[in-house]
Amino acid sequence: MNPSRKPRATEERLDEIRRTAQDAAQTPGAQGLGAAQSPSSSSPAQTKESYYGLPVLKKPVWTWEVPLYFFLGGIAGVSACIGFAAQLFHGDPTLIRTALWMGLIGAAVCPVLLIADLGRPSRFLNMLRVFKLRSPMSMGAWILVAFSGCIFLAVSSHELILHGFTSPRWIYLRWIGELTAAITGLLLASYTGVLIGATAIPVWSQNREILPPHFLTSGLGSSSGILELLGFMVPATQILGFVASGLETILGIFLEVRERPIDGPLQHGKSGWTLRIAGVVEGPASLLLRLFLGGRPGGRCAAAVCFIAGALLSRYGWIWAGVASAQDPHALFQLQHKT
Amino acid sequence: MTDAATETVSVRKTAFLTDATICIGCKACEVACKEWNEVPEDGLVWSGMSYDNTRSLGASTWRHVLFLEELQVAGPQVADTEDPFRWIFLSDVCKHCANAGCLEACPTGSIVRTEFGSVFVQPDVCNGCGYCVVSCPFGVIDKRSTDGRAFKCTFCYDRQKAGLAPACAKACPTQSIQFGDLETLRERGKERVQELQRRGYQDARIYDPQETSVGGLHAFFVILGEPEAYNLPPAPEVPTAYLKSAWISALVSAVVLLGVVCAAFAF
Repeated sequence: MNPSRKPRATEERLDEIRRTAQDAAQTPGAQGLGAAQSPSSSSPAQTKESYYGLPVLKKPVWTWEVPLYFFLGGIAGVSACIGFAAQLFHGDPTLIRTALWMGLIGAAVCPVLLIADLGRPSRFLNMLRVFKLRSPMSMGAWILVAFSGCIFLAVSSHELILHGFTSPRWIYLRWIGELTAAITGLLLASYTGVLIGATAIPVWSQNREILPPHFLTSGLGSSSGILELLGFMVPATQILGFVASGLETILGIFLEVRERPIDGPLQHGKSGWTLRIAGVVEGPASLLLRLFLGGRPGGRCAAAVCFIAGALLSRYGWIWAGVASAQDPHALFQLQHKT
Repeated sequence: MTDAATETVSVRKTAFLTDATICIGCKACEVACKEWNEVPEDGLVWSGMSYDNTRSLGASTWRHVLFLEELQVAGPQVADTEDPFRWIFLSDVCKHCANAGCLEACPTGSIVRTEFGSVFVQPDVCNGCGYCVVSCPFGVIDKRSTDGRAFKCTFCYDRQKAGLAPACAKACPTQSIQFGDLETLRERGKERVQELQRRGYQDARIYDPQETSVGGLHAFFVILGEPEAYNLPPAPEVPTAYLKSAWISALVSAVVLLGVVCAAFAF
């Protein structure tokens, strides 16, 4: 029979399945079958710890677009914040304009990455069916929408003012746009830490307080690094570069010296080494370059490149750590026995 | 925790009581589930793990019979007295948690609580974002790669609506899978554990974590020994329990960062 035309199971069919099971299924364990005859009698003890060492949890199904989105969203969000702060303290007008545009470009690219990751991309608007405070994914969708609107307002009013529309109304709108873009931008750059922190994946959930500041710092250093690479060698980008790489150095040391079984994926294997290399590059390497060669544009650019590369790599490292963590039933059981 | 909409509907809350001590490992539940729900085939492989070639629940496996082989010495389930060895079977299924991680995480509202108290994924709404997959503390729901959407046990919502028992329960030849009223089955589970303990199964217990943030299950189990042996987490937490501390951290660090950036430009 053609399987595609097979009729749906009926009540009679379910009865038939039960009768077949009753008639045919034996319980070999009940009579006579010795341990030596069973397929895995050589290592039955392993079932005491977990079920054949199989994962309890399902691993994240997110594709390469998601860590890239975390990275770009962080840059876009912090860029808007930099644009606002520079405007507030009368910074370089070109820097303000560039930072705002970085936010807008990020806001345009991010949804594309997110939609590409969906199993049903055509249904991306379903994300906006509900507003759910208890779902970081729902909040994230709304934060991205809000940020896109705010940064669009900021950039468009900024451009209009530059092109001669200098009435107070436009200046007022620009301030509203820049302020709201800075606020929603900071949410965009930090909520991704909540997104993976508030899950069942142990290595993420047990680092939920570290992830948001870590992701924000990554966004900060990357955003100011890009501005440096674009030629804005102002003191502010130097200071922000020092702050970001300094904080990442402290975090790297903390993750390295802390010993919890649940953090295994942060220290060992593919994810552990990715995070370690990323941490060294965006932390001490970038910091030392800036410290000793920061007086020259070339040194500052090298420090910026290091930080940006490390920040991008670390997003992949964290996702891979989640994959490894989901596949380790023993660390999960150990964690749940302690609490 | 139950939302107001489901409270107003006066339908009884239903449950599964799955009893490992009377399961014969026939897998009729797996077959019935696949046929009734038209769940696609998801790989035919030899695992080498006892007679379990299904391995785990997944997007296309909504009932999964576990085959445990343990070095044990007591009870009639022991085969071969010279080399004592205990064989246990358990039909695992979605737990339909009282506080369900997948339902809380779903950003589209695709995952809902039904009038029977079960957790149901509406396939016409799900857009396959995958957030429920990492939000289930039991590793039940998964994304079907050939389809793109997330799937799990529906608790035979269609059959329950028509007043029928779920396909797996109907096909079970030993009543290892019992379906019925939530509170009645909770009582029956307790009685069953007491009876087993009276008969010498000291390690008989009910698996229904009510003291954690999951707040109890609508599909609970009678098992022998530690839950870990069945890959059942001993103290599962619904991920929403982590929301407060994570958001506080995000907001505090965002405010600090705004201050740092402003200071850098004020300098």
